[in-house]
Amino acid sequence: MKVGRSELVTGRVLLVGLMVLTILPFLSIFTTALYPSGTVPSGIGWPAHPQWGNFVQAFKVANMTALLASSTFIVIAVVPVSLVISTMAAFAIGLLRISGARLLLFLFVFGLTLPFGGIIVPLYYLERSMGIYNTRLAIVLPLIGLYMPFAVFWMRAHFVNMPVDISEAARLDGASTWGLFRRIHLPLARAPISSLGILMAVWTWNQFLLALVLVEDPSQRTMAGALGAFQGHYATDVPLLCAGTILILVPTLVIFVLFQRQIIAALLQGAVKG
Amino acid sequence: MTTHDTLPAAPALSRRTSPYRMVRRREKTIGWLFATPALVMYATFVLLPLLLSIQYSFFRWNGIGPMTWVGLKNYATIFQVPNLLGSIVNAFELVVFFSFIPVALGLVVASVVHRVAPGRLGAAARTILFLPQVIPLVAAGIIWGWLLALPGLINQILRGIGLGAVTRAWLGDFGWALPGVGVIGIWVVLGFCTVLLLTGITKVDPGLYESARIDGAGWFTEFVRITVPLLRQEIGVCLTVTVIAALAAFDIVYVTTAGGPGNATAVPGIQIYILAFTEQRIGLASALAVMLMVLVLVVILPIQRLSREIP
Repeated sequence: MKVGRSELVTGRVLLVGLMVLTILPFLSIFTTALYPSGTVPSGIGWPAHPQWGNFVQAFKVANMTALLASSTFIVIAVVPVSLVISTMAAFAIGLLRISGARLLLFLFVFGLTLPFGGIIVPLYYLERSMGIYNTRLAIVLPLIGLYMPFAVFWMRAHFVNMPVDISEAARLDGASTWGLFRRIHLPLARAPISSLGILMAVWTWNQFLLALVLVEDPSQRTMAGALGAFQGHYATDVPLLCAGTILILVPTLVIFVLFQRQIIAALLQGAVKG
Repeated sequence: MTTHDTLPAAPALSRRTSPYRMVRRREKTIGWLFATPALVMYATFVLLPLLLSIQYSFFRWNGIGPMTWVGLKNYATIFQVPNLLGSIVNAFELVVFFSFIPVALGLVVASVVHRVAPGRLGAAARTILFLPQVIPLVAAGIIWGWLLALPGLINQILRGIGLGAVTRAWLGDFGWALPGVGVIGIWVVLGFCTVLLLTGITKVDPGLYESARIDGAGWFTEFVRITVPLLRQEIGVCLTVTVIAALAAFDIVYVTTAGGPGNATAVPGIQIYILAFTEQRIGLASALAVMLMVLVLVVILPIQRLSREIP
């Protein structure tokens, strides 16, 4: 409205400046990745002979095909199961209001504050004794458990705001509890379920600590875990490291660009509901 | 949230004996079957390890041999060994970078976007600032590890503006390593805070801003009088989420400095990892883990309370 011209200019310059600062690191590793492998390039600058082959080499040495397969497997194993069981639990807590619902909700919400580092040590010994250490299940099973606080909390916020009339009508029609869930409420919960699914997929892809501690073989890890191992091997070969990092970033960035609105909305709603 | 806590009261009498009533009663029991799978996974892979952490913390154990009961000795050790206590101090320093600065800066940026860039520029800013939030923290660490290295971009810029004398390997410097790691946190978290606070601003009654502007209020007055007080809840949420992330920090520190140089950037997450998996001191690692979990709760509860209070 009544915003002065000079203020308009200052404000916009500030914003553009911040955007440049945010992008610059990405540009820097991109140009660095094009320098000859094994050399020490400078921060940013176009190399005389861009080595596009670095990406191919990084793809090979990082064993990218196996990594993509492994991460995809982990995401596919974690996300649907988490979605189903958390939605069912949230339905029981938020809509059926089972006896003890408050206590149960409190128990889950408590988990929201838990740093993964707090339980990683016993988890390691627990998984050794269960015989799943160093398999993909070592990441999959605890991740499902660790997502429960957020996922249940998130879905409960949806169910608790559902008008009672809907359930009432179904009950009077003689719907079973399962029918009420499956036929009536599951279709209505499609929107919060899909944002939760996207969120958990990104978190799983990016999960590092569990992969680092619970799986020794990088080709059985998540993308982020594999990147950690890749860095360990190629820390001194900066161009190759940058090329590998970019390759690992691409899937996440593509997903972000495609689902931008849902991801941002989901992250924010999740935070606000918390 | 709890608008539907009770069923509509009107036809209550007939319901007392009706099948409807019985259905509801049966649901309250059968419903537990729905909650059980989630509860089992949560209990097995989160609550059980949590209890085990507490149990281990009272023992001396190398992970293989017998466990020896030592009572509270591990906790006492944390307070006596400077490195361990120092990791908690470092965690609080990181809170400044991972939480306070991004929240403050995010408030400013959000209010600027709201005031001068409601259109395309604002939308672009939102997307771009959010980018670092979606990439793995490990990748953020690797990117910045390179930027802050001796031949990296930061030193290149410094040399370019004639400050060649201050260039250094930032993450290898005892004094600068922790702020260096902190800067990475700002880069990652700023977009999240900005976008979250921006959604808060759009919920504020636009009339408030309009009348302030008609009265000729400048950006600063508007910021202090309207934006900050009315975003109390969003600020609280932002602080809660980022403080938890700061205290639990691991990924960025692990890939950039692994706690070094010396213990300059060692945070509890790193120390737990080192104690447990390289030094095989499971009891001590667990005691630190328990302290970390308590610490998060102690810090979060007052923030939660403050932001919920209605002024």
